[in-house]
Amino acid sequence: MPDTPAFPPTPSQTVGPFYGYALPFPGGGDVAPAGHPDAITVHGVVHDGAGAPVPDALLEFWQGGPGTGLPGSMRRSPVNGGFLGRNGVDFTGFGRVATDADGHYALRTLPPRTPAPLPYLSVCVFARGLMHHLYTRVYLADGEDALLGSLEPARRATLVAAPEENPARHRAYRFDIRLQGEGETVFLEFH
Amino acid sequence: MTTQREITAEMGAARGAYEKRLADGGGVEHHPSRAYAPYRSSVLRHPHRPLVAVEGDPEAVELSGPVFGATDVTALDCDLTRQHTGEPLGERITVSGRLLDGRGRPVRRQLIEVWQANASGRYAHQRDDHPAPLDPNFTGVGRVLTGDDGGYAFTTVKPGAYPWRNHDNAWRPAHIHFSVFGEAFTQRLVTQMYFPGDPLFPYDPILQSVTDERARQRLVAVYDHELSAPEFSLGYRWDIVLDGPSATWIEEGR
Ligand SMILES: [Fe+2]
Repeated sequence: MPDTPAFPPTPSQTVGPFYGYALPFPGGGDVAPAGHPDAITVHGVVHDGAGAPVPDALLEFWQGGPGTGLPGSMRRSPVNGGFLGRNGVDFTGFGRVATDADGHYALRTLPPRTPAPLPYLSVCVFARGLMHHLYTRVYLADGEDALLGSLEPARRATLVAAPEENPARHRAYRFDIRLQGEGETVFLEFH
Repeated sequence: MTTQREITAEMGAARGAYEKRLADGGGVEHHPSRAYAPYRSSVLRHPHRPLVAVEGDPEAVELSGPVFGATDVTALDCDLTRQHTGEPLGERITVSGRLLDGRGRPVRRQLIEVWQANASGRYAHQRDDHPAPLDPNFTGVGRVLTGDDGGYAFTTVKPGAYPWRNHDNAWRPAHIHFSVFGEAFTQRLVTQMYFPGDPLFPYDPILQSVTDERARQRLVAVYDHELSAPEFSLGYRWDIVLDGPSATWIEEGR
């Protein structure tokens, strides 16, 4: 029988509108090592319940498994405190991207490798107006998976990124996030 | 524009509805509901469908999380008063505490990021056009890695209250924004820390979105005279407890 946590959690509060000079960092969306030939781009638009783009959402991406994460996502200069960018070699598995004025984000990363047989990127969504962050997943293809298998087709489709057909968008996948209403993205909770 | 009186009535109704759920045998709600209309920006930004539960999947990527290390922070990051050539204006304070998981175990070597308004209640953000002065000696951003006991500490100045446009005459109580990582991505937390005794508490729909009284109290730091440094700073203590399962939790057969 699971025990009740003896220490009740600190409540969540919205990230608010002014995180922009604190949380995003240069290269936050460039998770793939520089020039890596397998790099993919996952991009899309975050929409609210009226279909309007959300220009102040912050997305975090995590891919990997136990023991796979390396430090260095936000390397800093001990000389002036500025950001140095990633070291160009290590794959930290962590990305952080703010949406732009059009609600658009882009992440450049390596294809996820875990879990088998159908790997995915984990996503955490923050925004002004969102009291408590939301989790979702980006699958690069549909397939055999416990979560996908539990969803009706229309809901399931919200978690599967679409490969871009435009050859100018080489190895790019489209993944929009709808916070509310028609086509609402499947959001997750973990127990 | 909506009046404070109307917002206050809506907040009271939300608290009443929660108390009724509790009386009817509902569980304690530690986190705010994402559908909390008194905070107007939430109305179009929360899902209508229930969240889909992922339970007991030891392969879930979310049970592990990103790692941060010595390269990701600099020594000065935990002192927000020393990031410019001069000293910022305001009341110098330290905020310290421990980062714990739901069983009270320290969460070690994890990243805490903070951001805040200056002593006048103004953010160093271009979209904050509140007519209070910027402070050339204060940005209001800090970072720290927790120690082996889960401990953290920041030196900063006490932020000012500031107005916002949720409703007529809306003011935010003084607060520091916190972003916290645990050992699992499921434990991620973004929240706000408040200062004890702030008269704005009952008027603020963001704090009041936490409808459980005791949970709300956990967002308020404690003034601790032992932590005050003579002729230098006032000390506040604030412990942070993360929610959500982690890989070690699953391994232990929870
Ligand atoms: Fe704020």
